[in-house]
Amino acid sequence: MVSNVTKRFLRGTMPALDLGPIWLTLKLATVTTALLITIAVPLSAWLAHAPRRLRLPLHALVCMPLVLPPSVLGFYLLLAFSPNHGFGRLLKETVGISLAFSFPGLVIGSVLFSLPFMVNPVLAGFDALPASLSEASYVLGKSSLTTFLRVSLPNLRPALLSGTVLAFAHTLGEFGVVLMIGGKIPGVTRVASIAVFDEVESLHFGAAHAYALVLFAVSFVILLALFFLNRKSPRPF
Amino acid sequence: MDLAVDITIASGESLALFGPSGAGKTSLLRMLAGLMRPDSGRIVVAGETWFDSQAGIDLPPQRRRAGLVFQDYALFPNMSVRGNLEYALKNGTDRARVDEILENVGLTGLSGRSPETLSGGQKQRVALARALVSRPGILLLDEPLSALDQSMRTQLQETIASLSERYRLAMVLVSHDHAEILRLARRVVRLESGRVVGEGKPDEVFGTARNGNGLRLPGVVVSIEVTDVVRVVSVLAGGQLVRVSALPQAAEGMRPGDRVLLALEDFSPSLLRLDGDGAPIS
Repeated sequence: MVSNVTKRFLRGTMPALDLGPIWLTLKLATVTTALLITIAVPLSAWLAHAPRRLRLPLHALVCMPLVLPPSVLGFYLLLAFSPNHGFGRLLKETVGISLAFSFPGLVIGSVLFSLPFMVNPVLAGFDALPASLSEASYVLGKSSLTTFLRVSLPNLRPALLSGTVLAFAHTLGEFGVVLMIGGKIPGVTRVASIAVFDEVESLHFGAAHAYALVLFAVSFVILLALFFLNRKSPRPF
Repeated sequence: MDLAVDITIASGESLALFGPSGAGKTSLLRMLAGLMRPDSGRIVVAGETWFDSQAGIDLPPQRRRAGLVFQDYALFPNMSVRGNLEYALKNGTDRARVDEILENVGLTGLSGRSPETLSGGQKQRVALARALVSRPGILLLDEPLSALDQSMRTQLQETIASLSERYRLAMVLVSHDHAEILRLARRVVRLESGRVVGEGKPDEVFGTARNGNGLRLPGVVVSIEVTDVVRVVSVLAGGQLVRVSALPQAAEGMRPGDRVLLALEDFSPSLLRLDGDGAPIS
């Protein structure tokens, strides 16, 4: 049956695929990555120069999503977003929004979940920058801001590129957190990875195939592009 | 380690800091540049107080008029040679000065190159040029030529000497190399474990002028041949390989790699072993 579906898919005679989940996935990944850049660069810069006793536990905390089951993170976020509990209730009462099962909720979950993929390469980049570069800039009379913008940041380009691409690709592939805090509301939280699961569960293997193939192809192209762009640097990430 | 020094440098004078690793030479340069904070004391340059622990004055590196040449050059890899120099300009003005300095250090042809594509000697020239752009009152050089080969060292010594004359700069130079100090510094301060243990003209401190009229060259033993009567010691000194016959007792304990002083007295060359700091072993 699967092979028949594949043949129909390849011949282009499949029923039209709902592209909604794919657009939603790309939108989520784009918004998440943009937020991650603005959060992770100052966070990594701070971590790079923080005293060891603060840096180690904070870095471990940032890296938790790497080892934690996504369902655990999702569970805690769901609790936090719930209008019946402290933070969620505060949001509901003051701003009037509920984050559970909403797109902004997904974005927050994704940002936390992909944070280590952005922070780790950028932090490694900061650690690898010789201290003498910024010192030279200070001695030449430049402020810390000028030094950061014109010396540190431009020399972090490969690290920033790695972080951006990895965070984007990782957000495309997240499943557990999204399912826990977003459910699968079409057009709101039903992203492509969930659509695959959903279609398989409903025995729509053709549609599952299509979503899976798109995710596979997009992720492959993204990683290939990253390796190509960073081919000159010794460590891609 | 405690670092405690009291040094005065005359305007336009060039001073070398000399001593074993860990003596506090680089720390002293970093304190002058404002990259390291002394526990107490005063740093006054041309009447301007840069640091005074009692008065609570500690000018940030940006406000000290010091030019620092780092041991690893610290060139900005994201800028061209010219970009590195222009970065040092205040508000990007005075491009003519950049052109002039590029020409003085012989880099005009390389101004568009990226620092990563340059040789060690060229990088060093860029680092020197960049330190001069902002018109420093004092130039600080941290082992500027240690990573370069002998011929490049000699060339750059000439460049540094002519630049310091042209721009009438006070200069503090950290160096392990006798030849470099003899060529570039008028005064040498010898540091050991954070204390000044010797100070004076380079040839006095190194003992090279002690015996008057003979020729004396610092060198390195390359090989020792044992013959029946004498030892033939090959010494690399002043860029040349010199073979010197020495009596067995004079060559005793000498091994390839040892630093020696090649002295020409009464028309016959003799060898004097030097310790790790370059002081003659009697």
